[in-house]
Parts: sequence; structure tokens; C-alpha cells
Amino acid sequence: MRLAALCCGVLLLAACAGDTHLTFLDPQGPIAHQQRWHFYWVLGVMAVLVAGPIFLLLPFFVWRYRYGNKKPRYTPKWEYSTLLEIMSWSGPIVIVIVLAVFVWRDTHKLDPYKPIASDQAPLQVQVIGYDWKWLFIYPDQGIAGVGTLALPVGRPVFLHMTSATVMQSFFIPALGSQIYAMGGMVSQLNLEASKPGKSLGENTMYNGNGFHQQKFTAVAMLPADFKAWVRKVRATGLPLNAQNLKVLAQRSTRADLIAALPGARSMAGNVYFTSASKSLFPAVVKATMDGTPTLPESAFEHRHTATQSGDAADAATGKPR
Amino acid sequence: MNIVDPPLGRLQWSSLPFWDMLQHPTKGNIINGLIATGAASLVVIGAIALVVLLTKYKLWRPLWSNWLTSPDHKKIGIMYVVIALVMLARALIEAVLMRGQQAFGLGGGFLSPEHFAQLFSTHGTIMIFFMAMPFLTGVINYVMPMQIGARDVSFPVLNSISLGLTAAGAALVMVSLVIGKFSTGGWFGYPPYTEANFSPGVGPDYWIWALSLAGLGSTLTGINFAVTIYKERAPGMQWMRMPLFTWTALCTAIIMIFAMPPLTVATAQLALDRYLGFHYFTNALGGNMMNFANLFWLFGHPEVYILILPAFGVYSETISTFSGKALFGYRSLVMATMAIALLSFTVWLHHFFTMGQNANINAVFGIASMLIGIPTGVKIYDWMWTMFRGRVRFTVPMVYALGFIVLFVLGGMSGILLANPTIDYQVHNTVFLVAHFHNVAVPGVLFGMLSAYHFWFPKAFGFRLNERWGMISALCWIFGFVGAFFPLYALGIMGLPRRTVAYTEARYVPLEWMAFLGALLILVALLALLWQLWLSIRDRADNRVFVGDPWAGRSLEWANSAPPPEYNFAVIPQIESRDAFTAAKEQGRAYLRPDTYVDIELPKNSAMGPAIAAISFALAFGLVWHIWWLVILCFLAAIASMIIRGFARDTRRIVSAQQVRQEHHRWIDAVDQATAISRADECTSVNVGLARQEADGVVP
Repeated sequence: MRLAALCCGVLLLAACAGDTHLTFLDPQGPIAHQQRWHFYWVLGVMAVLVAGPIFLLLPFFVWRYRYGNKKPRYTPKWEYSTLLEIMSWSGPIVIVIVLAVFVWRDTHKLDPYKPIASDQAPLQVQVIGYDWKWLFIYPDQGIAGVGTLALPVGRPVFLHMTSATVMQSFFIPALGSQIYAMGGMVSQLNLEASKPGKSLGENTMYNGNGFHQQKFTAVAMLPADFKAWVRKVRATGLPLNAQNLKVLAQRSTRADLIAALPGARSMAGNVYFTSASKSLFPAVVKATMDGTPTLPESAFEHRHTATQSGDAADAATGKPR
Repeated sequence: MNIVDPPLGRLQWSSLPFWDMLQHPTKGNIINGLIATGAASLVVIGAIALVVLLTKYKLWRPLWSNWLTSPDHKKIGIMYVVIALVMLARALIEAVLMRGQQAFGLGGGFLSPEHFAQLFSTHGTIMIFFMAMPFLTGVINYVMPMQIGARDVSFPVLNSISLGLTAAGAALVMVSLVIGKFSTGGWFGYPPYTEANFSPGVGPDYWIWALSLAGLGSTLTGINFAVTIYKERAPGMQWMRMPLFTWTALCTAIIMIFAMPPLTVATAQLALDRYLGFHYFTNALGGNMMNFANLFWLFGHPEVYILILPAFGVYSETISTFSGKALFGYRSLVMATMAIALLSFTVWLHHFFTMGQNANINAVFGIASMLIGIPTGVKIYDWMWTMFRGRVRFTVPMVYALGFIVLFVLGGMSGILLANPTIDYQVHNTVFLVAHFHNVAVPGVLFGMLSAYHFWFPKAFGFRLNERWGMISALCWIFGFVGAFFPLYALGIMGLPRRTVAYTEARYVPLEWMAFLGALLILVALLALLWQLWLSIRDRADNRVFVGDPWAGRSLEWANSAPPPEYNFAVIPQIESRDAFTAAKEQGRAYLRPDTYVDIELPKNSAMGPAIAAISFALAFGLVWHIWWLVILCFLAAIASMIIRGFARDTRRIVSAQQVRQEHHRWIDAVDQATAISRADECTSVNVGLARQEADGVVP
């Protein structure tokens, strides 16, 4: 127990130090915040009702009824007591009923597919898992990136995700839930950041040698900064065309990708793309489902309206489901 | 397709573990090559040493006729446990390597990602299928038939075949160290990663066939155990008189029968995908890996209870025996065991809350998972009430049991946390999950099996194990476990995914080091266990318990000599109550000389077990390496061996009444000469296996 306490201490210290937020115990958005409370509640209920009685009674019994102690009563044939049986069954039943109420309520409340209530329309992001990097497409802004997921503070983000390869699991602990990205399928996730800052983003499902390097930074920024970031990406990004996507789709880490795309070397460890087509994501889903290695031309056709007035498009589209 | 060209299929020089190192001698390749070659050498040298020793001491014939071909459930049980201990040693060393790698893993470490991936894949596969499963199967095999007063299991030769299949699977995993590479897809081998286009090597094939062999062996074992408990109970051994360990064995057997087939189907489908281009689980052409996840966990979750229920049975026996008291709440414990067995089939979806199904489904499965906490909680309380007003002796099996209760409660609590989809979304696939399932698997299953090993070893071999080193080992296990796994809870909450070879987050380092030190302590525990075995064998003359009841046991496995005669009981006992042996001792009919003895019929030795082991191993090896002529040959040999066995008519032999009388009288003579001892002396050399009886309420 002492060790457990020490672990908790180290954990809390560690969670507060450093500039990247690692955990839902250091929440950066409303979902992780509620998950933290749910965690504390369940842990508290169990500590008091499950661990408490057992950890009090067990050492007491073991010590008092040790072989060397001849004083207490010894009843070698005593094997039944209605009262104790009722207690043994009813205790766990009550605890599970209490916890079941928590589970039912919060599983619905924090369903990752459930849009987050807000007066702003959610930002749409399409996530494609490659080996061993994530591609984030902002369809309404016509941009895409690898390495950084930029989010405006206070605005819900609605992510659609798929995998162009094996199964992966998309996860930003300090913001909220993780969801699997699977080939030929589309899964969803709703997140929101409530304050500016950097959070750890990762894949948690093993997918090969570069698995441990499949990290990204979720950067929550003020809305004005986000607009500036979008403009910067538009100004400096590489075109997301068939040729660059082919490089991206290879089994390689982000570092390998940057090495293979000379234009990306000035992007501080990220790769940014412009001219991201809205039809790319569905095209990748379909191609993976059909087992066709190359994407159709239409996957790269880019409608100019979006690039010209991306900010206006933000407001116009992106209705939740 | 030409079946003999190439004659060795995919097998090439590059399949050897040091090939890479010689061809491309970079620093990383050399380190990984040396570790892999060292491990492979251990396997090869171990095998050669075994052959040399067997030849030198002329033990081939006794090994063949007394052990490998023996249909005796006791010998089969011991051989299962030997496999389990060998595999435990390998998988534990792998675990220490992994913890070492992660301790040095900030920005690199010494292992390559692929090597690390093989380590976690073999570690998991071995610990589940070739350590825990053989261990519990061995213990049940040894103990259960005696507990119900039977002479053997219902199908003794089938039992030997099950052992052969398990041994072949274990051998396949061992061979993968020397030739080729094992899977990197983890112990549950999720496609599409394990499909041919993403993992073209032999790794997943090793995994598929090792699991298929083990799964087949376990299915047959399950049938064998269930039929034995249904049909072979001694007269008067009613359901509610069966020892709790037998109850858990029955529930485990039933789960094995129903849970193993989904695994066999899932791996067979994956094999069809890989070998014949089917599309069960591929991304494309209608394949869907979610079906694999469902099938695998439809096996995988009940499997957890296959593992834990026999351990619960062991704790029920040891806690009752070493508290000197009848098991409290027997009826509740039976109901709880059955409830767990049933519920185990209703919760598999909690292994993938994060796959995108809706909140209703997740909530229902989350609550169903928590329901298992109810019968488990009842069990914990009933064990505590068993100690209440007892006389608790801190022997090694009891120390494991106490360590289990404390740690398992914590593991159960983290399980309840994971059963909350809301929390699972946060800690799924992180090392928090790794900490949780080790927290139930190590103090639950492994401590249970070690408790059983210390408890029943004197019965099996006729002498007690060294108490002092047993205690040292037990304490190292308990504290090593705490050190190795509690930090992982914290690391998981800090977002460290499982199966991470290296990381860039400096905040993980201190906790990783704590975990590594804990793992080293566990390694000490294993060494202490080996040392204890050596000391105990050396000093066996001082610790003999031939009379057979060293712990004042309560059930029938103590009602014969240690080691027991091959037919278990000279006369099949008549059972009149629960705790049959305690009742017999109290009524003074535990050590009687019957007037008449009768001939006893036993199954004859059969070469079917070792034959099937050899054939299935070669078959699987051929399949892994695409050596088609070998596959066809072995397939035909397997069919032929079964047909030949079908013609065997003379399968029983007789132990004469004269011999039974002689052996039984020798034992009763020993009982008559023995001094009954008080429990205070049970761990000293005056304990020859005769327990002192006292009037009710007086401590013996």
C-alpha cells in the first residue's frame, strides 16, 4: 500500500511537470474532465466499500486467529451462518448496483460518438491511420497535416477516422476517449479543448516496428491563433497529391516521411499539406475496402471555394451527424 | 503445386537467429543477434544435455515406459507441471528482458522493435497457453481423480494425447527461438496485422499452430475432466459433497469445452486467410477483423476464468486446511463458482469497448462485467469467514493464499475500473491494462498454482519441500509483483501504451525503473524456487511423509500413501459427508485393513500420446514452413495411428489382489509405526504424514 501511495505521489508530480499534458487526471477539455471525476468516484466508492472492509478484517482475522494464539474461540466445524451469508452476498450486490448506475449514466453521457453541446458548429477533422503516422485532414479548410493536430479552444471537434492499413487506436488522453480506426470502416470521436496547451496524442494499438513513434501533439490554440495556423499551413504546405500521398502511405515513421519529402524539412517535425480534397477520405475508405492500391483521380480533385474562403466554410458546414 | 520443391519449404539459412548479425554486423544487430542466439543456444544445449544425461544414466527406457506412455493421471499431471515450470522460466526471463528494455527505453534501449515485439508475443502466448494452462491442467489431473475417490480419469489414453498435443505446441514455441521468428502480433494476434500482406513471415503461423495444438489439447482435456467428474465419483460422493477444488475443476472443464472451439475456429479462419487467400479478416473484399475480435474474446474471456477458477479451488483447499477448519459457506462458494462460469460467457465485449459500438451495448457489457465482482466478492468473504475462529498456520501455501487475497482485491478493483467504458476509453491498450491483468493473473492464477505446488508436492513425491526457501520465494514473488506492476498502473494513467519498445517522455523513467527492479525480484523468486527444489531433493530422506497426510488434510487425496499407489486406493472409499477424509479420521476409519482385496483393472501403457505429440509437432512445423510433403505425411500418419489404435483390443491390465494387499499392508504398517504430530511440528522432520486428532474445539 505504501508503494501504491508512493506511485500516486510520483504520478501526480509527474503529471504536473513537463509541458505536454499526458493524462486525463490533468484534463484539458470537458470530456477528460468528466472522465476524471468518474474515475475518482468509482475509485472512492470501491476504496471505501470494497477495499476498506476487507483490508481491515483480513489482517485482524489472520492475526487474532493465528495458530500460536490459543485464547480466541476455535470452531473447526462451524461452516454456515445465515447472517454472514446474507452479508457476503448483499454487500457486493449493493456495490455493483451503485456502480451500475454510474456506468449507465456516464457511458451515455460520455459516449465518444455523441456530439458535444456547444453554440459553435464543430470543427471537422478526418483522421487516416497510416503505418506509422496519422494524417489529419481539415476538409473545410482544405489543409492536412502529420505530426500536429491543431484545435481551436472552446470549439467542439468532430473526428471521423479510418485506417489505410492495420487497426490502430487514436488517443489523446488529456482530451478524451480513444477509438479504433479500422480499414474500410469509419469511426467517430468528439473532443473539445478548453484551454490552450499541448497534449500527448498517440496510437495505442500495436502495428509494427514504428508503433512507438506514432505520436503526435494535439495543440489547443485560441481561435485567432488557429486561424493564423491555418493560413500558415496554406502558405507553406506541400500539395496533397497522388505522388506525395504515395510517399505518405509507405510503412515509415514520421521522421522517415520528412526525410523523403524535402519540402517538409522546414516544418519543425511536422508535414503540412495544402489542396486537401474532401473526397480523399471517402476514397481511402473505399480503396481499403476494395483492396485497390491506387486511389482514383477524383480523390485529389480540389474545390477552390474552400481554400478561398475556408473560414466562411467553417461556419457553413460541419453540422453534427 | 510441387510438394517437394523446395524440399525444406521456406526454410533457409536466414531463418537462423544469428544470420542477420553475420550479414549486417551493426551494433543493434549484434546485440539483438547475441540475445536471440543465446536464447536459441539455451534451447539447443538444454535439449542436448537432456539427451546426454538420459543416455548416460540409461534412463530412456524408464522414461518411455514409466512416464511418456503412462496413462496414469498422476504422472500425466506431473508432466504437465514440468512443462509449465520450464515454460514459466523462459517467459519470465523474457519479461525481465522487456522490463529492462523499457527501463533503458528513453529514446532507444538495447532491443530492436521487432525483437521486443517477439518477446511480448511469446511471453503472453507462453504464459497463457503453455504455463498457466498446463499448470492448472496438471494440478487438476493429479488431484481431482483422487478427490472424488476414482482410480483414474475416464479416458486415460486421451489424457496422454492431450498432454502430447500441449507438449507439441510448447515445443513449437521453443523451436521458434532457434528457427525463424515468432509472431509480433501479440498473444491475441489481431488481424489484419497478422494477415499475410502485413506479416508475411512465419511468425503468425507459429502462433496459429501452437495455439491450435494447445486449444485442441485443452478441449479434449475439458471433455475428459467433465466426464470423469460426472461418472467416476466414488459411492456416496454426491454433488454437494465434492471438495471445492473438484467443483472448480468441473466448471473449468465445462468452460474449456465451450470456450476453446471459438479460438480454434478463429485461428483456423486466420490460417485460411494466410494460406489459401481467404478473406475472413482482411481489410478488403468483405473481410472484417471485428469478427476476429468477437470470436477471439468469446474464447478469451472465458479463458480468464478457466485460469482463475482452479486457483480459487486451490485457495479454498489451502485456506480451509491451514485454518484447521471446515470451509465456510460451501454452498455459496459452489454457487459463486457456477455463477462465474456462466457469467464468463457474457462479457467478452469489454475487451473492445473502443471499437465504436453504441453506448447501450457498452453499458450493458460494462455492467455484466461488474456482475462477476459479486460472486468473486462472496468468495473473498467466505475465505475470510473460514479463517475466522480458525487456527491459521503460516505455511508457504497459506502465505501465497494471503498474498493472493490482498493483491487480488486490488486487481479486482482495477478490473471494475476497466469495466467502466468511461474509464476504459482512457486506459484501454495502455500499461494500466497490463498492470490489471497481471494483477489478477499473477496473484490469482500463478500464486494459486504455486500454492498448489507446495501443498500437494509432498503427496506426489513423498517428501516435503524446504519451508525456508519456499517462504523466501513466496515473499519475493509477492513483493516483486508489487514492485513490477503497481508502477504500471501509474504509467498507464500517464498514457504509456502497452507494447512500447521505447519512448521519449522522461517522466516515465523513474516508474519504469521501479518496475524493472520488481521484475528482478521476481527473477530472484524463480531462482529461490529452483534452489528450494534442489535442497528438498537433496534432503528428502529427512522430510519423508510416506504416511501421506502431512497437513492434516480434509479430502480424499490425503487418504493414501505419499506417493500414492498407481491405483490410488486399495479399496474405493465409501463417502458419507463433505471433507470425507476428516470425517474418516474422526471416526477412526481412515487407516483400516480390509478383510478382502480384489484385483484392480488399470489401463495399459499406450504409445498414442508420444506418437501424436511427435506427429502433430512435425505436422505443425511443416505447415509453418510450407514443407508440404511433411504435412501430407504427418496427416496420413495421424489418421493411421488412430486407426491402428482402434484395433488395439487388449488395453487393460490387472494388478493382483495379492499385490494390492501387500502394498496396502506396507502402508498401514507405516501408519501404525508413525507418531501422530501436532500442527506445531508439521514443518519439521518429525512430520511423517500422520496428523494428531483432538476432540472438537481443541487445537491439534
